[in-house]
Amino acid sequence: MKHVTRKATRHVNQNEGLIFEKSSPGKAAWKLPPLDVPDVDTAKLLGASERKDSANLPEISEIEIIRHFTRLSTWNYAIDLGMYPLGSCTMKYNPRVNEVVSRLDGLANGHPYQPERISQGALRIIKTLSECLTEITGMDAITLQPAAGAHGELTGLLMVRSYHQSKGNPRKKVLIPDSAHGTNPATAAMVGYSVENLKSNEQGMVDTAALASQMNEDVAALMLTNPNTLGVFEQEIHKIADIMHAKGGLLYMDGANMNALVGKVRPGDFGVDVMHLNLHKTFSTPHGGGGPGCGPVAVKQILEPFLPKPVVVTKADGTLAFEYVRPQSVGRVRAFYGNFGMFIRALAYTLANGPDGLRETTEDAVLNANYIRKGLEGVFDLPYSTPTMHEVVFSDRQQAKKGVKTMDIAKRLIDYGFHPYTTAFPLIVPGAMMIEPTESESVEEMDLFIEAMKSIAAEVEEDPQLVLDAPHSTRVSRLDETAAARKPVLRWKG
Amino acid sequence: MRYLPKSPADRAALLKAIGARSIDDLFAPIPAEYRLKRDLKVPRQMAESEIVDWFRERSRENGDGYATFLGAGVYYHYRPVIIDSLISRGEFLTAYTPYQAEISQGTLQAIFEFQTMICELTGMDVANASMYDGSTGAAEAVMMAVRMTGRRSVAAARSLHPEYREVLGTYAWHQGMPLSLIPFTSNARLDLKALEKAITPDTACVLIQSPNFFGSIEDVAAVAEIAHKHGALLVVSIAEAVSLGIVEPPRQADIIAMEAQSFGVPMGFGGPFCGVIATREQFVRQMPGRLAGQTTDRSGKRGFVLTLATREQHIRREKATSNICTNQALVALMATIFMTVYGKVGLRELAKQNLAKAAYATEQFSKHARVLFPGAPRFHEFVVETSEDPYAINSRLLGHKIVGGFPLKKFYPELGNAALWCCTELTTRTAIDTAAGLVAESERSVRSANEAVAQEEVTR
Repeated sequence: MKHVTRKATRHVNQNEGLIFEKSSPGKAAWKLPPLDVPDVDTAKLLGASERKDSANLPEISEIEIIRHFTRLSTWNYAIDLGMYPLGSCTMKYNPRVNEVVSRLDGLANGHPYQPERISQGALRIIKTLSECLTEITGMDAITLQPAAGAHGELTGLLMVRSYHQSKGNPRKKVLIPDSAHGTNPATAAMVGYSVENLKSNEQGMVDTAALASQMNEDVAALMLTNPNTLGVFEQEIHKIADIMHAKGGLLYMDGANMNALVGKVRPGDFGVDVMHLNLHKTFSTPHGGGGPGCGPVAVKQILEPFLPKPVVVTKADGTLAFEYVRPQSVGRVRAFYGNFGMFIRALAYTLANGPDGLRETTEDAVLNANYIRKGLEGVFDLPYSTPTMHEVVFSDRQQAKKGVKTMDIAKRLIDYGFHPYTTAFPLIVPGAMMIEPTESESVEEMDLFIEAMKSIAAEVEEDPQLVLDAPHSTRVSRLDETAAARKPVLRWKG
Repeated sequence: MRYLPKSPADRAALLKAIGARSIDDLFAPIPAEYRLKRDLKVPRQMAESEIVDWFRERSRENGDGYATFLGAGVYYHYRPVIIDSLISRGEFLTAYTPYQAEISQGTLQAIFEFQTMICELTGMDVANASMYDGSTGAAEAVMMAVRMTGRRSVAAARSLHPEYREVLGTYAWHQGMPLSLIPFTSNARLDLKALEKAITPDTACVLIQSPNFFGSIEDVAAVAEIAHKHGALLVVSIAEAVSLGIVEPPRQADIIAMEAQSFGVPMGFGGPFCGVIATREQFVRQMPGRLAGQTTDRSGKRGFVLTLATREQHIRREKATSNICTNQALVALMATIFMTVYGKVGLRELAKQNLAKAAYATEQFSKHARVLFPGAPRFHEFVVETSEDPYAINSRLLGHKIVGGFPLKKFYPELGNAALWCCTELTTRTAIDTAAGLVAESERSVRSANEAVAQEEVTR
């Protein structure tokens, strides 16, 4: 390696096969207590429904299970190891107290159908978090039921549709900027809306003239991410909201980038009618390798009757209860009440911050993104010079001249001890490199990142093949994704 | 703020480097009239010890220390301690979706193992990396059947979990998917004659749950035969994963939508759980959700990647098979570790203990009250009809720190005073005897009250 990486050093890690390859008959990691009731004749009880074979699950001892999954874990990068600058994903610190309180017996072992009398603790958590989130968003009401951001989008658009339906016409289309997340159009399709693309202007923002010309009584809503996926705040947001509202349309905000706004500005105050939050982004619940998430949807008063049921209400005696009689509700979007364990974590995060901490967090997130921008400007192409909020999008234009693309630079970052940034998104930036440091990075970590990026840019000039072949330090080199898709092997077969 | 790694001097230095005078400069793009000029009205910043205390208090208010006979889609099973030891490792807990395969092999291999185990359990060829939960998984499985058949309507069992039915209704509503409900018979199994009548050339699929909401195991082969005869697919929802240790999996199904909560996932007041969809190999390209696949690196070494992404929203946008992005990866890891702990033999033994506890409880309850729906095999849930309102009985049981069965009239008004009871390996004989004793007491007091009334009428 020509350029020295200060952040990471190579070290040995363990090889490990598939768990099935370690199995052998007679090994076991389980032990059941003796049965305190009479044993049963399964054939007699189950008849033809009895399972004849046994599922071919591994047979293995406890120490081997610990080693297996621990070894696998060491093959992952994680926030706990360092900066994870995935734009749009808000990979911030996941506080450990969240994990402790979510495992308290009464909360972890609460059954969703246990009597409300002995569910007051859970109901209080739902109510307190709901109040915090409506205040943070500046909205009037909220549902915590959706299990993830995309599920929140579905819930939000269902409510939009019900709202228009209640006025006699569900309308036909949803407008979506070309910079939007893929979940937006996919969601609109699930709710029976056709999708109309909205072009961005040269500042990377909504072209309000185009919006005005595309907006009509067939349009149910505009799905807007703000700050958008370029990390740019839609400065004409009031005009956007006015254009929508003038024709009876609603403004939906994808809250994926709420980490740029908390405590500084409230979507409810700038004209948003309905929005979802991602508790696994802004509110620090762990991503866990892809989930679980939680996607609460906050709404203005006009949409409150359409919230999924049940909702939590306070009874005359001051106790809390679920209210199921909601005639205009869109219905349930999930069994029970949502990813309750994530509510606990998000509330613990909010309590740990308080109003001052939440504001400071947002300020640091924006400060960090601007520092990264400053550090890399001139080294990488910055397609939009509009002010940066919580994330910055560069492009590989300079490096592409040498045949090196955003994904190659991303892979090379791995060798420098960092997780890659988000590649090739948003789609409006060819060769996008989308960087979101979050508030969790220290000056030292960011300086190492900037140094690594600069070093890679130099490598592209001096020895592009080095970058094209990256990563060089991982236990596997670049994997053949084409082969994986052409002839899918989706399970182990002995 | 203790999570923020910056000193005041650091902040000043960063601002200087950027060329900003103050932090407010950075928020200048936000129109001034919208900028918040006050503190958010949320509770003040708390110390860690205060946070722990606050939640301990909530935990105490939340039925801490009660034995439960509740099931109904959420099951209280023992969670081996190594599950939490392993999933608490930061490398699993604080990693993102494994799009960058070279530094995500741990998560990817674990998903591949999860997919394999789900296939082994269900008898299906392929399983995805997870769905939000059993209810949304079932709805997505139905939408998958609609895409595959080009038909639009759905025949769903009334004995499907009522909340799953509601979720399906929500999903189906704007997709123009007419939904017909198929009743159950006196043994709680699907009414096959009614199914025959309800099924039409536009029926995309028949959706049942087995064991169903009442705990009865469906005659899946018979349902499959009817569905397939009419060119419809069979979707089977499984809410109790532990049943697969001893109950024949619904191999005749075309799609299985499962809830894996029973596999080491806390009841957690209803979530997060772990849905998963499994199906036949030829249907894989219509599947929603992420899939991990095996491949090789440049030196031929085995590795894993997320694959067949052309089904997914980030590539296909409005033409995707679903809008799902984030799933339940860490919960799927819990399930994977659970399945590994119990393994081939343990899962069967575990399921057998559940069967035995429920069989004993059924026998005890049937001595005093009516156990409904005889004549079909069941796993670990059973329906008890009492003379008294089950809410009243449950209220007395709470005094014994026991949560009684789930009163069914909320979802099935015609079942009156019936309640759904569940036993798992964690249900003790003592708790069963106490509950059955209270039911017996209730029946006696109703009987003597009735006799007193009758006596009074005779006297009059």
